[in-house]
Amino acid sequence: MASISNVLRRPTSTTGVWGWITTIDHKKIGIMYGVSSFTFFLIGGLEAFLIRLQLARPEHAVVSPEIYSQLFTMHALTMIFLGVMPLSAAFFNLVIPLMIGARDVAFPRLNALSLWIFILGALMFQSGWFLGGSPNSGWFAYAPLTSSTFSPGNGMDFYTLGLGVLGVSSVAAALNFIVTIINMRAPGMTLMRMPVFVWMTLVTSILLVTAFPVITVGLIELFLDRRFGFNFFNPDAGADVVLWQHLFWVFGHPEVYILILPAMGIVTEILPTFSKKPLFGYPVIVFSGIAIGFMGWAVWSHHMFTVGLGPIANSVFALTTMTIAVPTGVKIFNWIGTMWGGNIELKTPMLFSIGFIFLFIIGGLSGVMHSIAPSDAQQQDTYFIVAHIHYVLFGGSIFAIMSGIYYWFPKASGRMLSESIGKVSFWLMFIGMNVTFFPMHFLGMDGMPRRQYTYDSSYGWDFWNLVATIGVFLLAAGVIAFVHNFFRSLRKGEIAGNDPWDARTLEWSIPSPPPEYNFAEIPIVNSRDAFWEQKQRGEAGEQGTGAGYGEEEHHDIHMPSPSYWPLVMAIGLTAAAYGMLYSYPLAALGAFVTMVGIYAWSMEPVTASEDH
Amino acid sequence: MINNRLRTIVWALASLLLVSAFVACTPEHPQSTFDSHGPVAEAQMGLFNLLTWIVSVVFVLVTGGLLYTVFKFRARPGAPPPQDIHGNTKLEIAWTVIPVILLAAVAVPTVQNQFYIAAPPEGEDKLVVNVVAHQWWWEFDYPDLGLSTANEFHVPVGTNIEFNMTSEDVLHSFWVPKLAGKMDIIPGKNTTMWFKADTTDADPSTPEKDSFYGQCAEFCGVAHSWMRFRVHVDEQDEFDAWVEHEKSNAKDPETDLEKEGYQLFLTKGCVACHAIQGRPDAVALRGPNLTHFGNRSTLAAGIKENNNENLKVWLKNPDDLKGGTIMANEAAVYINPDLALSNSDLDALVAYLRGLK
Repeated sequence: MASISNVLRRPTSTTGVWGWITTIDHKKIGIMYGVSSFTFFLIGGLEAFLIRLQLARPEHAVVSPEIYSQLFTMHALTMIFLGVMPLSAAFFNLVIPLMIGARDVAFPRLNALSLWIFILGALMFQSGWFLGGSPNSGWFAYAPLTSSTFSPGNGMDFYTLGLGVLGVSSVAAALNFIVTIINMRAPGMTLMRMPVFVWMTLVTSILLVTAFPVITVGLIELFLDRRFGFNFFNPDAGADVVLWQHLFWVFGHPEVYILILPAMGIVTEILPTFSKKPLFGYPVIVFSGIAIGFMGWAVWSHHMFTVGLGPIANSVFALTTMTIAVPTGVKIFNWIGTMWGGNIELKTPMLFSIGFIFLFIIGGLSGVMHSIAPSDAQQQDTYFIVAHIHYVLFGGSIFAIMSGIYYWFPKASGRMLSESIGKVSFWLMFIGMNVTFFPMHFLGMDGMPRRQYTYDSSYGWDFWNLVATIGVFLLAAGVIAFVHNFFRSLRKGEIAGNDPWDARTLEWSIPSPPPEYNFAEIPIVNSRDAFWEQKQRGEAGEQGTGAGYGEEEHHDIHMPSPSYWPLVMAIGLTAAAYGMLYSYPLAALGAFVTMVGIYAWSMEPVTASEDH
Repeated sequence: MINNRLRTIVWALASLLLVSAFVACTPEHPQSTFDSHGPVAEAQMGLFNLLTWIVSVVFVLVTGGLLYTVFKFRARPGAPPPQDIHGNTKLEIAWTVIPVILLAAVAVPTVQNQFYIAAPPEGEDKLVVNVVAHQWWWEFDYPDLGLSTANEFHVPVGTNIEFNMTSEDVLHSFWVPKLAGKMDIIPGKNTTMWFKADTTDADPSTPEKDSFYGQCAEFCGVAHSWMRFRVHVDEQDEFDAWVEHEKSNAKDPETDLEKEGYQLFLTKGCVACHAIQGRPDAVALRGPNLTHFGNRSTLAAGIKENNNENLKVWLKNPDDLKGGTIMANEAAVYINPDLALSNSDLDALVAYLRGLK
């Protein structure tokens, strides 16, 4: 063992604060992902709340125009990179190894690294609020507004460095899940027997690994422009500023599917469980998910229909965009087919999943309307688009994530969330969502552009803006009801047992919460819906007890030991990012700490030696 | 019974959709896209309406199917376990092919219209207007007529207008909702679009002739919300008269107050940015050209009616009307207390500028 590993004694505790900080258990990491990203989701919601207060009345002055620019920029960035993406990662962590019958992910310490880079990078990203200003040029950050001439100060540097650091986390996590899904499946779980959520995680992870390098190139170029006077995006030096838009959307459109495919995966698990029927058209659902992932690379310019790329480019991208509607529609029809003829139990997870389908239909149809490039010239950059993205990202991703939280909370915590509070929170969120976002269609067609910090009443936009703001209060009440439910049920929730939903996949065959090693014996899979089939054959013992797996304590199963080094590396990387902003010696120190972390990590054995 | 309830729900949904669509169309609003006054906006509205009908029908059918399924197959105590249906190839092929046919049908007018809106029809007369966008105002040049103006421009009715656009600083987007969809404006590049106005009055329900509202639609910095403009559509003879007048030099100051205002305009630093044609000391092009400012209907880039009171508020502190302007941040009279404008200075400047008819 290398001497450097002895500087810090190998952590052994698996309980208490240090147990959480040094853990490499995918379930604990998943819970930490979930709690931290839900906290950021609430921060993003607060930003949205301020935006809606500002727009409630014409010429309101709740916030200044400069703060408003930061609010809408940070709202989008927070929700996308610190809310929805890591919430999906929380489900990947918590559920994927359990679904495929594995004891952990392929690289447990890399998993801890992803988590800590995410948490520290996210805090760095938000620290701009307290360090002289957050990014203020929109989450799309179109050049040259982002240059040091037009956006002086450090705001946009938090964007380049923050997204760069978060990208490391996302790519590391994605690689980890690709390897885990390809290599760690239980015997007999062929690709076409994998649960659809596992499939969607695989597609999403491949998209992440391939899309993030594109934006990283753009971020590095922008950073060099801003800090070192390069001219990648300086039109005065002959640069073509549209290059940024291509780099951004070549990443940005796959990113849209990175946000929605896991959501579709979650819903595809929940619908069969609560319909008591197998998934309708499994192969078609899987292939349409893959098709959406592929097509996601061929539609980026539909974000640029008004950039003047010419009628040929616009026509091509209009047609490719329409094509995506086909696999998406197929998924919706198959979901309805799954419910058809079932015994549908309208428990809270199911309500959110049905809500997801309903809202996603609306968002999908308005998406088809945007693919009509000539008429999109009227909708581009108006509130019509704001309505569309919130139907697919809030009505879509967030509703599916809420559905997933209600569904898997019992597995993670051992207790049920309250059904009655859950139903209240669903209806508040569902009604609030529609009252907030549906009027935005009208505002957009009535000529209200996005990113206006205010408007005057001669334009006729007062009424629907006020309605939208009222909707936000309902939405917020729904979220608060959920948060209350969460904390209440952690202490007082009904004990869940192994299989509270009479579900179909392997995670429900083991105790809730699962033991550290997940499966006492690795299950053998003979079909899709492996656990359901076992129950049908009567092999699972009493209904829902999951006999056979994880019944007794198994001290002979060796799990990897906890480690400090992922956290050390994450601290080094974040310090290096701050150093690039404030002091190069700090950057050098951060880089050094990162290198030490890498070295010590690579020298550290998987398990602590027995004499510790 | 379920069918009845379902029918009620479907009808309620459909009528809610229709009612809200009618309530929401509001063509009388100044930037409503439902009130087109030219062939480009009409083509776009036609496509939008076609799509609205199609997606509404699809919405009612699919959500109707969804809700029907959820109601019909709700779990009932004692119901037998459902059959394990894993799929139905014919059905799945059908619901793949039907959307393909629907989309193919929509694709045809999409591509046709994309080419139609790209450039004015060849062989027809056209008037070229060059648009130069600035943070946060508009410069309009007529290269064939030899004139330049700012924040408002005139076009003849029934003539194809072609726009050549570029930006002096960041991205902007040119949008007159009632005449045409938007086109981005990009520094270092040239983008083009066109429209034709069929009527001279944007809102015939009011007695006076209304101008068309336009606005920057791409986020361009802190005062983006207030980067607006107006298009006046004239009969050809009115337009010709406007062109002749615009080309003439600025009027000389007449009253004592106007003369005092002119002196202040020269000495307080206004000429560092603003040009007045015919005044050799006022040739800078950083801010809007003010040669015939008094004839414009609005000030501060289309945001307030051009009258003495509003102009005085604007000159006293531009931030009160439009937060973050370059004028408020850089003009000597706003950053150097020694040069600050007194109340009588303001009155004199207002008199001079409003006199620039």
